[in-house]
Amino acid sequence: MVQRLDYFNETPSQTAGPYVHIGLTPNALGIPGIYPVDLGASPVREGARGEPIVITGRVIDGAGMILRDALFESWQADADGLYPGNDPRGQADPNVTGWARVAADFDTGVWRLETVKPGRVPYPDGRPMAPHIAVWLVARGINLGLQTRIYFDDEAKANAECPVLARIEHAARIPTLLAKRTAPGEYSFDFRLQGPDETVFFDI
Amino acid sequence: MTQATTQAMIPGNATDPGPLHFRDRDWHPPAYTPGYKTSMTRAPFRPLVSLGSTLSEETGPAFGRSMIGLLDNNLILNFTGEPAIGERIVMHGRVLDENGRGVPNVLVEIWQANAGGRYRHKKDGYLAPLDPNFGGCGRTLTAPDGSYEFMTVRPGAYPWPNRVNDWRPMHIHVSVFGSGFGQRLITQMYFQGDPLIERCPIVNTIGRKEAVEVLVAPLDMNRAIPMDCLAYKFDIVLRGRRQSFFENRREGL
Repeated sequence: MVQRLDYFNETPSQTAGPYVHIGLTPNALGIPGIYPVDLGASPVREGARGEPIVITGRVIDGAGMILRDALFESWQADADGLYPGNDPRGQADPNVTGWARVAADFDTGVWRLETVKPGRVPYPDGRPMAPHIAVWLVARGINLGLQTRIYFDDEAKANAECPVLARIEHAARIPTLLAKRTAPGEYSFDFRLQGPDETVFFDI
Repeated sequence: MTQATTQAMIPGNATDPGPLHFRDRDWHPPAYTPGYKTSMTRAPFRPLVSLGSTLSEETGPAFGRSMIGLLDNNLILNFTGEPAIGERIVMHGRVLDENGRGVPNVLVEIWQANAGGRYRHKKDGYLAPLDPNFGGCGRTLTAPDGSYEFMTVRPGAYPWPNRVNDWRPMHIHVSVFGSGFGQRLITQMYFQGDPLIERCPIVNTIGRKEAVEVLVAPLDMNRAIPMDCLAYKFDIVLRGRRQSFFENRREGL
């Protein structure tokens, strides 16, 4: 016998279910009056430094259906690559909160994230990661929130140097993480939950 | 069985900025669980790409007390100010990390069906009526010791489209943040003694009986208020953060 490791186990996940909006975005759902506003409506305030961008996209299941009950949260650095709040390296742009809650449209399934393009953040060994937005995606049928990242297809040099993208053994899958620039400041990005073009999800 | 009472009181706060503990994916439900049909087309089939945590997961949003309204954690009164119908309960517990320490300032958000098992949602058409005085959501921030509390009504069980006659046990959905974005978690709290728990395909996405047990809140008569309400205790454990001086060495060192 040995000494017992007395760590607790993380609480097991359960699906967010079809009614997640009641809890997380009640105003958007049409339950006004409990909270003044929904949290995470925008990751930036007016005056945020950096390039304003809009990303739109969909969440698509293995049968090709667009999810209308998906919700994700995004977390990103400011234009200089500093995280708001508890980044040990220093104070981020006060007009960047960094966090957003993004619900797919109840009718079309299209989601939209307006923000500024994040800067490069160092990997633990000091090498710079490419600009990216961290994503945690939940919906009915997803038992444990999926972790992925949105990178940008117009950051070819940074992407080629990114130690996280370099971890993806099947390099042909890297484009599933790249938001496609469709116009100045505009990108499109679909999350594909299952199938040949399945988005890369991480175990972090 | 319910949550072990040993998941209890160890003082101190979790403020370490270190890397996240690795997630035990055998303890969580897997993505592909045919008993829960919707998961079959929403589960990634490719292997997850393994990655230690980075600043992107070790930092995360923080929430201030000023945004929390006085009635935000009182689902009985927070919709119209008139009391909701149902069995009055206190739901309380602590948010801890895997090192057993209370985590302060965690935003805990909950949502649930009303006492008849009906959600205030355009997609829910169950026979049970809406309660005009029940909205169905609440939120709070944990205290310095990680404790939290809600006043609500016990939600009803309800049928759902999966197999022909599947019913959800009484449950409250719970969303929690840690200090790092990689600790983000959503789960569900069940009630001690509910015979529908073991029949539920969503509960049974979890493979291990001990893991299901920590989602079942025991009746807590010490927190019940005489002539007012019963109480259920639900502790929540977030991923821990490593505490080592041998972390984050630069390349080559």
